[in-house]
Amino acid sequence: MPSTTDILPGREPQVFRKGLSDKLVCDRKSLAGSVSQRACAFCGARVVLYPIADALHLVHGPIGCAVYNWDIRGALSSGPQLHRNSFSTDLREFDVIYGGEKKLQNVLLELIAERRPKAAFVYSTCIVGLIGDDVDAVCREVSAQTGIDVIPVASPGFQGTKKSGYKAACDAAFRLVGTAPTSDLPPNGVNLLGDFNIAGESWLIRDYLKEIGIPVIATITGDGRVDDLRRCHGAALNLVQCSGSMTHLANSLHEHYGIPQRRVSFFGLEDTAKALYDTVEFFRDEELTARARAFVAREVAAVQPELKRLKKDLKGKKAAIYVGGAFKAFSLVKALRLLGMKTVVAGTQTGNAEDYERLRDICDEGTIIVDDSNPAELARFCLETDADLFIGGVKERPFAYKLGIAFCDHNHERKTPLAGFIGMLKFAREVHASVCNPVWSFVPRRSAQHSPTAGLPDNLLPTAL
Amino acid sequence: MTTEPLTTATGEPPSPTGAKNACKLCTPLGACMVFMGVEGCVPFLHGSQGCATYIRRYLISHFREPVDIASSSFTEEDAVFGGARNLLLGLSNVETQYKPSCIGVATTCLSETIGEDVPAILRDYRADSALPLLHVSTAAYRGSHLTGFHDTVRQVLLQTLEPGAPALHPVNLFPGMVSPADLRHLREILAAFGLSATILPDYADTLDGGSWEDYQRLQKGGTPLNAIRGCGMAKASIELGETLPTAHPDSAARLLHKHHGVTAHNLPLPIGLRHTDKFIQTLEEISGTTCPATLRASRARLVDSLVDGHKYLAQKRIAVVGDPDLACALTSFLCEIGVVPAIVSTGFRTPGFEDAIANATAITPYTPCILNGADHETLRSAVREHAPEAMIASSKSYPIAREAGIPLLRVGFPIHDRIGAQRILHLGYAGTQNLYDNLVNLLLEARQTTNETAWSYL
Repeated sequence: MPSTTDILPGREPQVFRKGLSDKLVCDRKSLAGSVSQRACAFCGARVVLYPIADALHLVHGPIGCAVYNWDIRGALSSGPQLHRNSFSTDLREFDVIYGGEKKLQNVLLELIAERRPKAAFVYSTCIVGLIGDDVDAVCREVSAQTGIDVIPVASPGFQGTKKSGYKAACDAAFRLVGTAPTSDLPPNGVNLLGDFNIAGESWLIRDYLKEIGIPVIATITGDGRVDDLRRCHGAALNLVQCSGSMTHLANSLHEHYGIPQRRVSFFGLEDTAKALYDTVEFFRDEELTARARAFVAREVAAVQPELKRLKKDLKGKKAAIYVGGAFKAFSLVKALRLLGMKTVVAGTQTGNAEDYERLRDICDEGTIIVDDSNPAELARFCLETDADLFIGGVKERPFAYKLGIAFCDHNHERKTPLAGFIGMLKFAREVHASVCNPVWSFVPRRSAQHSPTAGLPDNLLPTAL
Repeated sequence: MTTEPLTTATGEPPSPTGAKNACKLCTPLGACMVFMGVEGCVPFLHGSQGCATYIRRYLISHFREPVDIASSSFTEEDAVFGGARNLLLGLSNVETQYKPSCIGVATTCLSETIGEDVPAILRDYRADSALPLLHVSTAAYRGSHLTGFHDTVRQVLLQTLEPGAPALHPVNLFPGMVSPADLRHLREILAAFGLSATILPDYADTLDGGSWEDYQRLQKGGTPLNAIRGCGMAKASIELGETLPTAHPDSAARLLHKHHGVTAHNLPLPIGLRHTDKFIQTLEEISGTTCPATLRASRARLVDSLVDGHKYLAQKRIAVVGDPDLACALTSFLCEIGVVPAIVSTGFRTPGFEDAIANATAITPYTPCILNGADHETLRSAVREHAPEAMIASSKSYPIAREAGIPLLRVGFPIHDRIGAQRILHLGYAGTQNLYDNLVNLLLEARQTTNETAWSYL
């Protein structure tokens, strides 16, 4: 039996074993000293607005906050690339003592003159929350001078969790909504919320919808544009994928403009098909429904043969999942099941009570469900369940590899599109390439003997002649 | 209206401009690197959860190793009333979860600005726990990652040193922020002289370790606290980095000299012939032995190869971008082999940088464009103006190299787009050889791929 780490006192209620535990507690601040995988409110706001490609994104704070997220998202733009820069007011001790408002104004004016953005977002960091710069006033002043929207994003790192940052981002984005005419928009247009165009995924989903006959008004925020946000209130329906980050914006759009919403996920065959069917069902149009059916049938048929082949090797393997939002976790459990794999650990950074209830419902008995976990716990759960695969992000990768566990990056850094039907195939290929790799037979935890030749296949071992 | 000039405690003048794609990182990152190089130490950031997570992701992407950094996870309430409660709870949780031999607490902008009395909180913790706690003050708005790095080395030493404790090793080596491969090689070079050293920090194994048989709370390796205790009785200290005397005059080696009489040698990073020779001569002096045959042979092969390849590099214009001491040492080497250092750039304004570059280029007629404290946008303009034919930099300069259509030799930190960053050897004759071979081959490859004819013989 592998050595185990005790779960920290105070963390136990956030770990749930299906069939063994009563309930799971979530929506809490991270426990001090636990080494949470979460970032902060600032990070939450920054990642959500990041893909808006023709906006200026200025981080008002010391250099670290801006530099650690420079160009880390795989969010693509079909046009402007302004979002891929890291602009910071680079606050120094002098500014902290005497205030950073003047510097903020100077930097904003310089950048706006130089880059000509369609709008600007100004992110507040911890230090700004403390020194009391009137960021709103500077934004108003610069807006008046330059004639573009300069929007403050209230995201000091310590104000709540990463989720609070999502909300701050939604509030900031919502300030643009309703500021452009919608008269020329088609009546059956939809907005896609909570897809960030990682490796071009928003384009793929847009193409799917287009093929069926549903125009997309705005992709928020993947391949995002300021002008699209301005008139996204002209959509007939909001499709909300990353619900953790975008439900607040969808709710605002519902409240102010009466736009209904559907939760969707474009990960996995089952969920992609369901997302398309739910969308056409909303319009109650037989022709659309027929087209969606035909489209899904065709796309599924195209990937099924190879998926079946991959499944043969993957059947019975066990997977651990740790992702940011719960919606991705639901889809992954189903996608893994399609490949004959069992989810033995499922965790998220920011799931809510409703999310975890649903996760519990779709997981098998014995699955460990965990909220806001840390490397020590996740490693322990992997050993306890003898997981063959870990699905997570860069921060989870090292301990998985050290323990001889295959890995699939499903986080925002990745450069491989995993959405849609073709994305499912890519996902399966990536999982297969890692899980079925011969390298695992050489790592100490997996090899039978701890000798220099441990794990070598028999035909490669030296034979006595 | 104030009539007094506006100043700060550190005397840094106001900087009216922001940063466009900065070429520097924040102080707590440097602190975490040092704590990762102390045996059994868990780095702990007293601030928002994001600081720890961002720095973890940044370090993991470079080293591809587990980097667990704890946080006191400040809440709004803590920002108003102080984070003592969370710091105490966090330390206790780290002690429970990691069973470390010490915890390294670094502050952040947040805890520094609210004026948190961290030493007092740590005293409270010590009342209930015998665990050694190290502490460094690292407000990100004061300095860069290197400020954090060197300040932390000094604090770890100050807080661990026991006057009169026996030295475990005759030499104290303060290598600066070099790669795990460099740390291993420095140890080998010293061993060739029959010398051993307390290397601070030593993340050679903690940030470049083997696969596990079982879960490891902490990676093996690091400088043992016991070795640091006796640094005051060592025969000599070596610190690498020629800008240290001006940029960090209160460095660890100087401190040991001043208060404990340990001879201090400040040397440039041993890259290139002149700098490595100087390093070797210092070791000859400390050990009282002459340079061993293996190192002589290594030097002879290096010189031979420099001759073999000199025409491929002669008068090539190359841009060097990196942390100040790395950029200076690389420039010095390039000048030895007839390269024109077109641009030498570092991301954080460092006193002594210009002088070090002037020393490096003294043997050539060339005057490089020196950027001391430049972001990537400034560098980009300089590249357009000075049109270098290759760049030596971290992976963050890749977009600039690509735009200019020139090859990039990746060195230093961070390298986020290649595997093996922790294994890049920069130092000693062997490290110089490695850099040289790669640089020449990079230029040959560029020449080959841009040629109409597919030459297989160059």
